[in-house]
Amino acid sequence: MLGIDDPWIWGVYILCILSTVLCVSYGIANWNKGEEMEKQELMEEAAWEAQELEMQEKELGM
Amino acid sequence: MNLLLLNVIVLVYLLVTLYLGYRGWATTRDTEGYMVAGRKIHPYIMAMSYGATFISTSAIVGFGGMAGLFGMGLLWLTFLNIFVGIFIAFIIYGKRTRRMGYNLGAMTLPELMGRRFDSQFIQWFSGLVIFLGMPLYASVVLIGAARFMETTLSIDFNLALLLYSIIIAAYVVWGGLKGVMYTDAMQGTIMFLGMIFLLIMTYLHLGGVTAAHQALTDMASLVPQNLAAQGHRGWTSMPALGSAWWWTLVSTVVLGVGIGVLAMPQLAVRFMTVRSSRELNRGVLIGGIFILAMTGVAFDVGALSNVFFYTTQGKIAIEAAKGNADSIIPVYINAAMPEWFVYLFMLTLLAAAMSTSSSQFHAQGTAIGRDIYETLTGRKGTGSILVTRAGIIAAVVIAVVLGYILPENIIARGTSIFFGLCAAAFLPMYTCALFWKRATRAGAIAGLVTGTLSSVLWMVFVHKKEAEALGISRFIFGRDVLITQMPWPVVDPIVVALPLAFLVTIAVSILTRPPDNAHIDRCFKGIK
Repeated sequence: MLGIDDPWIWGVYILCILSTVLCVSYGIANWNKGEEMEKQELMEEAAWEAQELEMQEKELGM
Repeated sequence: MNLLLLNVIVLVYLLVTLYLGYRGWATTRDTEGYMVAGRKIHPYIMAMSYGATFISTSAIVGFGGMAGLFGMGLLWLTFLNIFVGIFIAFIIYGKRTRRMGYNLGAMTLPELMGRRFDSQFIQWFSGLVIFLGMPLYASVVLIGAARFMETTLSIDFNLALLLYSIIIAAYVVWGGLKGVMYTDAMQGTIMFLGMIFLLIMTYLHLGGVTAAHQALTDMASLVPQNLAAQGHRGWTSMPALGSAWWWTLVSTVVLGVGIGVLAMPQLAVRFMTVRSSRELNRGVLIGGIFILAMTGVAFDVGALSNVFFYTTQGKIAIEAAKGNADSIIPVYINAAMPEWFVYLFMLTLLAAAMSTSSSQFHAQGTAIGRDIYETLTGRKGTGSILVTRAGIIAAVVIAVVLGYILPENIIARGTSIFFGLCAAAFLPMYTCALFWKRATRAGAIAGLVTGTLSSVLWMVFVHKKEAEALGISRFIFGRDVLITQMPWPVVDPIVVALPLAFLVTIAVSILTRPPDNAHIDRCFKGIK
């Protein structure tokens, strides 16, 4: 296979390519998934930033 | 070779690097920006930065040369680099790390562990392991890069070392993690182009994929006697099962580096730099291709260089490189590739070194500033960025000093020592923190200490390569290793320390009181 006799070597040669194909297909299939949490996190962050500003003003007089 | 042209190319590259570092500085406003790049990094930058940090010059030149010496068995490491280092790391570990890091407001891996288990000890002890263990690894990359600049740019070694350290220190100290990641992404892009050209030209040169492999397979009878005695059976065959080289390949190279990557603090922190799981999903695609183009190409081309040297000079690669495996890739590039590619490849190697160095120094700086200083003094805020900056400068100085005073053989072991140590110390605790709600503080501490100690003891007294280089065992007991019976002197510390640390973490967790429910809910909020 591919000019290599040892199945442990041609096997891993193909496995390397297959695992890359796995990464690529996973990336494409889930390209737009997983942002559900984002909105909620942004809101939490805005609240946190406001709190932080208030704290800075109070403590450092900035 | 046109030295002036090469120096101009490198100068332009360095200016771009400094500009990107400046961009990082200009957009960094607070601690979160400095330590986790504000958690809003683009997936391309995140994935390229992860990959470029992961792959250092030694992965291309050192391990590529090892493939030239021992053959394609090293591709097992590439497989793990992609499957474990990217696929599992991003999807299984990365998504949870990101969310938990966000829930707990953590900015470093030790801080994430410390908050997850509600233990300051875990945070500063982990920070200490990083700050003490990483300088050796950083030294390898630093000294290697300076030597490389010395030989290719024909400048004095000390000057090269000074230039390299100052440029990196400048953009890491001022630019923080954003500066590091922007420059990483640019450097990663150069690395990618360089390696893809190398692969295509090598196969073209040797008459195509199958023909090239067949020629290498046919060379099996040329394996020198001394290598055959260590288990070498040809460059397209696995080493003999149970032989010394088989153990090194499987335990140190494949398991140590392949699995150890999961618990590398400078890589894990990158998961906390993106906004949502979506960025990680996209990153998997980019990272997978990138790693295949890095170690996949380096190991394949390294092994195939034997065919080139045999057909052109009648020698195998290690003979053509005068017995030094580290020279196989550079000698091959110089002999087989067109001149313009030699320039591109030099830039590739410089980029690979810089992207790894910068993250090492950033990780050490945050370990001392955030994890050790803040935790032990209880002071928070801007002071910790100052200490982090000072820590980064200290880390650079320590790496330079170590490079000067330590013998070369111990420096060369630095990468595997650090990977092994991180895997044994952090992986059990990190895995349990993300996936096992029942894991307790006592369990995590027991696992962390067990993994660290057993790993260090195994390196000092049992695993021959480190024990010999460190010389502590010889100093105390008058012999290099305490157990001489095979295969123990060639069994990597990770094979013993990692399972032991896992067992201890689990056993102690089961025997101690489960953690508070409210705390667990806070850690796992939003994690399905």
